[in-house]
Amino acid sequence: MRSLIRRAASDAAPRDPAPSRLGYRYQRLMLTPGFRGTVRIGVPILLIMAIAGSWYAKPENRAALAATIAETKQSFQQRPQFMVQTMHVTGGDLAVMTDVAALLPQAFPVSSFDLDLEQMRADIEALAPIKSASVRVGQGGALEVQLTPRVPVALWRDAGTLRLIDADGVEAGQIMARAERLDLPLIAGDGAEDMIDEALRLFAAAGPLIDRVRGLVRMGERRWDMVLDRDQRLLLPSEDPVSALDRVIALNDAQDMLNRDVAVVDMRNTNRPTLRMNEEAADALRRVNTTINDGAGN
Amino acid sequence: MGDLYDSQRAMRQMRKAAMQRGVVAILDVGTSKIACLVLRFDGPEQFRSRDGVGSLAGQSQFRVIGAATTRSRGVRFGEVDAMQETERAIRTAVQAAQKMANVRVDHVIACLSGARPRSYGLDGTLNVAGGMVTEQDISQVMASCDVPDYGADREVLHAQPVNFALDHRSGLADPRGQIGNELKTDMHMLTVDATAVQNIFYCIKRCDLELAGIASSAYVSGMSSLVEDEQELGAACIDLGGGTTGLSVFMKKHMIYADSVRMGGEHVTSDISMGLQIPMSTAERIKTFYGGVVATGMDDREMIEIGGDTGDWEHDRRTVSRAELIGIMRPRVEEILEEVRERLDAAGFEHLPGQQIVLTGGGSQIPGLDGLASKILGQQVRLGRPLRVQGLPQAAIGPAFSSAVGLTLFAANPQDEWWDFEIPAENYPARSLKRAVKWFKDNW
Repeated sequence: MRSLIRRAASDAAPRDPAPSRLGYRYQRLMLTPGFRGTVRIGVPILLIMAIAGSWYAKPENRAALAATIAETKQSFQQRPQFMVQTMHVTGGDLAVMTDVAALLPQAFPVSSFDLDLEQMRADIEALAPIKSASVRVGQGGALEVQLTPRVPVALWRDAGTLRLIDADGVEAGQIMARAERLDLPLIAGDGAEDMIDEALRLFAAAGPLIDRVRGLVRMGERRWDMVLDRDQRLLLPSEDPVSALDRVIALNDAQDMLNRDVAVVDMRNTNRPTLRMNEEAADALRRVNTTINDGAGN
Repeated sequence: MGDLYDSQRAMRQMRKAAMQRGVVAILDVGTSKIACLVLRFDGPEQFRSRDGVGSLAGQSQFRVIGAATTRSRGVRFGEVDAMQETERAIRTAVQAAQKMANVRVDHVIACLSGARPRSYGLDGTLNVAGGMVTEQDISQVMASCDVPDYGADREVLHAQPVNFALDHRSGLADPRGQIGNELKTDMHMLTVDATAVQNIFYCIKRCDLELAGIASSAYVSGMSSLVEDEQELGAACIDLGGGTTGLSVFMKKHMIYADSVRMGGEHVTSDISMGLQIPMSTAERIKTFYGGVVATGMDDREMIEIGGDTGDWEHDRRTVSRAELIGIMRPRVEEILEEVRERLDAAGFEHLPGQQIVLTGGGSQIPGLDGLASKILGQQVRLGRPLRVQGLPQAAIGPAFSSAVGLTLFAANPQDEWWDFEIPAENYPARSLKRAVKWFKDNW
């Protein structure tokens, strides 16, 4: 009997269908490297871009996207790890710290993303009494401001105002009266602040004269005059003023020169120190000379 | 001749272009199957200077990266019979091979087994007057061969210089640079039916492929299944195919004769089908499973169910003994071999120093064929399998693929043909600039 289920004849040739002309061409096209790359990479990218573009074209979608981004950013930035709670300012006196605190944010807590530390540092360093500052958000959410104040080394009298000058010649504040900082030497004159180190050397070299020194005056932006009390002046040369000053000190030690009635000691020509006496002293000298000459003549 | 000469030159150019691109397909259009191999030319010797054959007989320069076989449809006697069917079959094979190789193939080297090949031996003589033989002399001596009238409807498929002789010295492979008076050459020319070649051309063109070379299947199966000393001493390769049986005679590594018998394995199948009243597919199956050519006593007892699909119990339960099957197959195989013997006798095969006969092709797998063939063809018969080439799948190393494998060798190391040499100067157009340049070159 034949079975009811008809089985495929086992000796039939294996199925070997020919591809259609279109299928053959399609396969060949897909095996072409350039075309294949375009289809596999270019088309998906194009599709994704088209979908994203059509979604983005609607204004409400754009707004929603912007809102989502802003919210996400906000929630990230407002995390407690990033919040700044307190502020520590170190390294300055009370007046400076008050000025600095005015430049820092007033309301805490604030997110550290909202703080522009670089700008803050620039603002603080723009203050006159501060040489440099470091601003950072340290441990425990504290805004740490480390100040390095300028150290004034001299007073600079300029058109009636008294300025504090540090070693670099930069102004470090103003004072009302000379009496406030008697410990600092006084300089004056145009261009004096640029030669502050030379001025300091001269002050250091003044030695026994230091009690009598009133200050240094820059003359013609080229040389120094040292002004003593009793309106005496030492005119120092532009070249090597310190050794000239040393010679004056030596003369003073030998001749007790500056205690006499001398108005000006002119050291500008170092080969020929010149003295100018006061008017009365000059008259007296002339009178003495006349007397001596008369006596000699008789 | 000029037409095919030019088209062969064009095909050679295309083959070079395909080598540059590195991928070329091999298409064996047979009667029973169409095989397609995809070769990639990127072996270690690709950039090696052309000096000799190279290692592994020149095969290390290519690799088979795709192989596919399909049942042939629309081919009879190795010729295209139904154009659309053949085109579809080629498409199937090429598509599957491309899919395996994962690369697009544009150039195809094909071989055809039928088309009534006919061999001619030509000779030419040229007086070189004591000078040195130049390339131009070689082209001229080949051009001076007197070509017989082979008919208007035929084309030259191969035209290979087989031998050069300079004065009394014969057997020169390369006479260039030698000095003598009279240069002679022997050339082997193979012509086939023009229509068959054109049909193949057309089918391949319809598959969007470019034909980069065409060869006779008898020649290429000889290249793949004869070993080197057989090719040197003289041997015949008999390719028992589906619709035709190709035979090629090799001597001194050149093909000197090729022919085909228009009978093959399909005729054996159709004899079985007619003799046992069974469909062709069943006949093919029992031929491949139980076929043979030498019956023994045990074969009387081995019964083969040949089945049927009619619903008639008696008809569907028929059996046949293996001896009967052999009785049907043997006369046809004998007929084929006798026809081959006749062709070999006509070609003068008995005068060759070597008498080796190599059976290959799908039909050579019939058990006992070598015994039968030695009775008909002579004592020195062996069964040949194609050479191993790199990357060939296990399914494609049998003797049925000897022409496909031979075609890969043909693609990698082609024999110089007439059209590969320089064009002889007088064949240039009369007012060609090239000719003027040549005149200057020759005279100054």
